[in-house]
Amino acid sequence: MSHDHGEEHVREHDKPLSGPALRVKALESLLVEKGLVDPKALDAIIDLYETKVGPHNGARIVARAWTDPAYKRRLLTDATAAIEEVGFGGSEGEDMVVLENAPKVHNVVVCTLCSCYPWPVLGLPPVWYKSAAYRARAVIDPRGVLSELGLELTDDVEVRVWDSTAELRYLVLPERPAGTEGWSEEQLATLVTRDAMVGVAKVPPPKATDR
Amino acid sequence: MNGVHDMGGMHGMGPVVIERDEPVFHADWEARVYALLRATGFLGKWNTDMSRFSRERMPPAAYLAATYYERWLFGLQALLVEQGLVTARELATGRAATKAGETAALRASDVAARMRGRLSARVSVEVPARFKPGDPVVARRINPVGHTRLPRYVRGRRGTIHIDHGVFTFPDTNAMSRDPKPQHCYSVRFDARELWGPEGTVRDSVYLDLFEDYLDAA
Repeated sequence: MSHDHGEEHVREHDKPLSGPALRVKALESLLVEKGLVDPKALDAIIDLYETKVGPHNGARIVARAWTDPAYKRRLLTDATAAIEEVGFGGSEGEDMVVLENAPKVHNVVVCTLCSCYPWPVLGLPPVWYKSAAYRARAVIDPRGVLSELGLELTDDVEVRVWDSTAELRYLVLPERPAGTEGWSEEQLATLVTRDAMVGVAKVPPPKATDR
Repeated sequence: MNGVHDMGGMHGMGPVVIERDEPVFHADWEARVYALLRATGFLGKWNTDMSRFSRERMPPAAYLAATYYERWLFGLQALLVEQGLVTARELATGRAATKAGETAALRASDVAARMRGRLSARVSVEVPARFKPGDPVVARRINPVGHTRLPRYVRGRRGTIHIDHGVFTFPDTNAMSRDPKPQHCYSVRFDARELWGPEGTVRDSVYLDLFEDYLDAA
């Protein structure tokens, strides 16, 4: 029996590794052998972005802004500091801007050149945000894109598209939905979605069962 | 560069499809590539702008066919070879010819603090601002062959300064020669009709963050 590397991988993982998977495995081995990378550091980075940093962070910011007018003012004037107050910051969130949606103003965020996205409050960007379709169309046909995604805006609503072309990172503060009067910050945070904080959706009113 | 990565306004890319309950990574190798680029970034051999430019240089047909993290893998390999951390032969064979010298790998115990740290491109130097909010400006008609953050769809278009964000590192020179060339970065508002003609909706607009070297007074 030959010592075929491919076969060993099949045995290890129960299925063959695809092209990029093989190349990445080889690259990681090389960088570890050269002392440039510690695999445990890679595990820690992955764990951070898979389990700790995500849109639940942004949801807390939004819910606090909905319930605390003084916090909302700070958030809209110095977003980086106001987000840091709640305990979030770091890579790809060093210089934050918060955009407030209103009945006649709708903000939506894109990065036409790549994938700029506010990691500390939303986590890593989803595939659709990084897709050619979204990057190409969000600036030339924002209403068409929003409509496809189920958000119909009337002509009297002003649409502002924010193309993240420099190091500023944008978070949309969606409108608080009706039917949430008296809700606590923690309850409200459960309603806030990633897509609403990018600006491709509104936060839906709670279902009767949530109240 | 006038690359295929500069996608704003292109047609034919199909619908935007949101995957429900999407995982952060769709395969283990995507997670490893992400972590490899983040970890090697702390070796100090390249800056963020050089990293972006490494992906933009992927040949256009390959760029469009690739998934997101395949582009990251392409860029990472290019940076490693160009900055002398790995030789092309080592990449091809997967075997290390030499150990790294003084370079210290990012340790697991430092990850949380490093990811939480501020690596802001904001620069604390005094640079006079040429523009102030409300000023009419026009984006320059330039075609840099290197890295730039001035998308084609605004070149030659007239807009209005919305906010002065302050002084930042200039990506164009920082990517090509590590020259930070600190300058003001502005939020500039463009009417949808100025960008797209009569097809743009009257009250809609696009805001871009543009560096002073991209702008002239209008």
